[in-house]
Amino acid sequence: MAGATTAGRAHAPSASSRHFLKLSATPGQVALALGIAVFLVLFLVIPVGTVIYVAFTEKGTGEFTLVNFLDFARTDLFIRSFWNSVYVSAMSVVLASVFALPLAYITTRFEFRGAMLIQTLGFLPLIMPPFVGAVAMLLLFGRNGTVNLLLDEWFGIKIPFMEGLNGVIFVQAVHYFPFILINLSAALRNIDRAMEEAAQNLGSSGFRLFRRIVFPLAMPGYIAGASLVFVKVFDDLATPLLLNVKDMLAPQAYLRVTSIGIADPMGYVISVVLICMSILAMWISARAMRGKDYATVQRGGGGLAKRRMRPWESVLAYATVLLILLLVLAPHIGLLLLSFATIWSFSPLPDAYTLAHYGRVFGESFVYVKNTLVYASIAGLIDVVLGTAIAYLVLRTKLIGREWLDWAATAALAIPGVVLGIGYLRTFYGVQLPDGTPLAALWIMIVLALAIRRLPYALRACYAALQQISVSLEEAAENLGATKVRTVRRVVLPLMAGGILAGFVTSFATAAVELSATLMLVQSNADAPLAYGLYVFMQSPAGRGPGAALGVIAVLLVALCTFASHLIIEKSQKAKAAGH
Amino acid sequence: MLRHSVAAAALIGTALFTGSAFAQSGKVTVVTSFSKDVTDPFKQAFEKAHPGVTLDVQNRNTNAGVKFVEETKANNQVDVFWASAPDAFEVLKGKSLLQKYKPKAEGIPDKIGSYPINDPENFYSGFAASGYGVMWNDRYAKANKLPEPKDWQDLAKPVYFDHVAMAAPSRSGTTHLTIETILQGEGWDKGWRTLKEMSGNFRQITERSFGVPEAVNSGQVGFGIVIDFFAFSSQASGFPVKFVYPTVTTIVPANVAVIANAPNKAGAEAFVDYLVSPAGQEVLLEPSIRRLPVNPAVYAKAPADYPNPFKDPSLGARVKFDVDVSEKRTNVVDVLYDQTVTFQLDALKGATKAIHDAEAAIAKKDNAEAKALVKEARDLVAAMPVTEQQASSPEIAGAFTGGKEKGARQAELEQKWAAFAKERYGQAQAKAEQALKLAR
Repeated sequence: MAGATTAGRAHAPSASSRHFLKLSATPGQVALALGIAVFLVLFLVIPVGTVIYVAFTEKGTGEFTLVNFLDFARTDLFIRSFWNSVYVSAMSVVLASVFALPLAYITTRFEFRGAMLIQTLGFLPLIMPPFVGAVAMLLLFGRNGTVNLLLDEWFGIKIPFMEGLNGVIFVQAVHYFPFILINLSAALRNIDRAMEEAAQNLGSSGFRLFRRIVFPLAMPGYIAGASLVFVKVFDDLATPLLLNVKDMLAPQAYLRVTSIGIADPMGYVISVVLICMSILAMWISARAMRGKDYATVQRGGGGLAKRRMRPWESVLAYATVLLILLLVLAPHIGLLLLSFATIWSFSPLPDAYTLAHYGRVFGESFVYVKNTLVYASIAGLIDVVLGTAIAYLVLRTKLIGREWLDWAATAALAIPGVVLGIGYLRTFYGVQLPDGTPLAALWIMIVLALAIRRLPYALRACYAALQQISVSLEEAAENLGATKVRTVRRVVLPLMAGGILAGFVTSFATAAVELSATLMLVQSNADAPLAYGLYVFMQSPAGRGPGAALGVIAVLLVALCTFASHLIIEKSQKAKAAGH
Repeated sequence: MLRHSVAAAALIGTALFTGSAFAQSGKVTVVTSFSKDVTDPFKQAFEKAHPGVTLDVQNRNTNAGVKFVEETKANNQVDVFWASAPDAFEVLKGKSLLQKYKPKAEGIPDKIGSYPINDPENFYSGFAASGYGVMWNDRYAKANKLPEPKDWQDLAKPVYFDHVAMAAPSRSGTTHLTIETILQGEGWDKGWRTLKEMSGNFRQITERSFGVPEAVNSGQVGFGIVIDFFAFSSQASGFPVKFVYPTVTTIVPANVAVIANAPNKAGAEAFVDYLVSPAGQEVLLEPSIRRLPVNPAVYAKAPADYPNPFKDPSLGARVKFDVDVSEKRTNVVDVLYDQTVTFQLDALKGATKAIHDAEAAIAKKDNAEAKALVKEARDLVAAMPVTEQQASSPEIAGAFTGGKEKGARQAELEQKWAAFAKERYGQAQAKAEQALKLAR
């Protein structure tokens, strides 16, 4: 940490420039902030508010009360669930860091063949298609999954990978570690090479250099990823439910909100608690970064120097990378097997293989693929635009209440998809188009719901990217006579490109497999995305294979897009390096 | 993008020019929880029987479907609600979201097994039925050397400990009916005892009906309590699973209803009529669907070994089922099960395991004191915080409706019931462990 502050201070803006910033809220910025606020209020606060206000009403009279929160505190189940969620989230961050750090370090610090491929593959676990990913995971790691059946046969033992809270931690870490990988890698690439060289000149090298200089300088990226993992695990309901762990907060909220015919405020009370916890976690992570400056001035040098590895180092590096990839990609390997399997039941591998499942989904998957691409890319675009704007307003202006934009957007992470879905129906179904079609029936509403749900991902990435850019660059531009807008367009945005792209990819990829809000909002098969098609298949025994095939298509699709965007990053950096 | 806007423009155009006069021949929108395997054959058959009409199937799980219809009622676009769970239809009916309609079909009796086929007020109609039973993975059973179960009580035997799964009754309307049938058949206290003895062997309690066959198919769990068609369609897909109807089983109907203010009311009614017509009933016999028709005449066309609840008394006819009793306490029963079993499963399993161990020891070496302790332990496990009368009392039932009257809050009751069960499971485990020491 000391390294970071020392290294940072060298370029910290002087007191006078901070003063300069204070006066810099232009009318344009105010308008921008208001515009974002309106968007968030309209598509997040109001729809969610119409659903969760129930948490604050008294049974019978409907008057305002806090008694429901008292009930929350008095119920053992909820308190137990709360601490379980905290524990699982914290441990998931730890385990996810164990997966992410070596991959990020090796691929960004060394000349490593296939670094880009690894970045792409390491990203895949984030794209776990609903239902079918879980089945694949159980077939591999479950009590009678491949690994345990073989262990039982060879050694007579079984390892409870997927049991209880530890199972949730394992699966969550595998699932969400890309958040850390992608943000940390982007941050590592952004580090000023001069910092490293300075440290080397002063005699620091090897692991010490990484620990004291490089990693601390990449801290914004790590914190962005780690806080996302924490909050996402805290708010995730799918994984605990698939492992039949019900005493965690998010599953409790979900089970209550979706019970038929029971009007119980507790589901919404838990949602409020989830939202507060998410904001708290983000606030703490912002707090941890306060008073430290991570910005460096020089850019475009292609990041850190990449070192050539000695032979034994490279053996070690390849072995580590392979091992981690094998572990975190296991669900996708399972998924691939499942999509070709005839029957796979209580056996290490499927009984036989077939192409029939792909044949079955081929015809109908086209419309799903097209919808998914359209929805997820528009949602991703909305997210990076909003994310960049919010990050800029929060970090570069002194507008009053600007943090609220950040917090409101982050709160979206904590809102169960089904609550958002119900909120959209409640708010927009009454609004009719001239021909009588309800506004909520249009596919653009699915896009907006996806954008709101994935906004926090893009926001964190953009935020971290901007944190790493020194204000002095902008000041220089403005001193040379550039307007604010021109500075942003010509200086800030190009320097943030890596982070923005990381944000887009994360939002795009996760939006492509989102189901819970979609399931509420899809109004016809012609408007349905892949995840919905998958859901429809996964409701019957005969649909398991075709469902897996659709899942593979979804993963491939997103992987291709991710790979393409990595190519673009790499190219642009090379181009910049060449231009220097 | 372009395709979308073109389609939207075309839609608006059509709507403007044609108005609603031709809607009748157009689209029938169905919200359903049934899988493609079920909906596709019906869609084909119905569209063939009614040329010019398209069946637009929106697949949602039952919960989402009910919420959707509820939230969109101001500007309803849905014509038909089509699902298994009768409780979902009850909720929709209670909120006046259904339209009365009596199908024109003839020859459909009032009851299947002991369960009424149609809503007495004609808000919804049964079109098919299914029986509950036990499904198991044959490879799993052989590998673990487990015997084949024949009856519900078998699943409470120590040998099945940690090998059984069921859907939570609060999450699966059909499981709820099965639980309610056991409670009505054996009486409140004895029924709960049976349920808890069985549940003590559970490996998992899933939050959706399909979670159970999925776990059995993939071999993660050996035995599952499921609706028959899950087992039959799994067999049809080639999974190594077997299925048995217990000697006394429940029959649960699957229903269809016309939504209030349906945009295409005539089309909706045509679809309901089609489902219960002989042609529609025959579609049920297809291997991928395989549900029991409600028209007894259709069984003549079924394969020889097809279960027939109208002839076979073990299929539903032996149990008694009082709809009024069931309706009054639906939520209470669900929440009781969740609070004393689902969310206390670890404690319940701990007590169950200890009791099994003690009984095994006693079987080898008799000990009167230990026997008495085990009996106490079993009674502690079986104890319920609420009597049958209380369960249907307005004070308690009212806590779950979110109704307008003030009264006990759901969360208060839940905490009380959970604490009650947890404490007794702990005591039961202690007593059983004590018995084990004595018998050793």
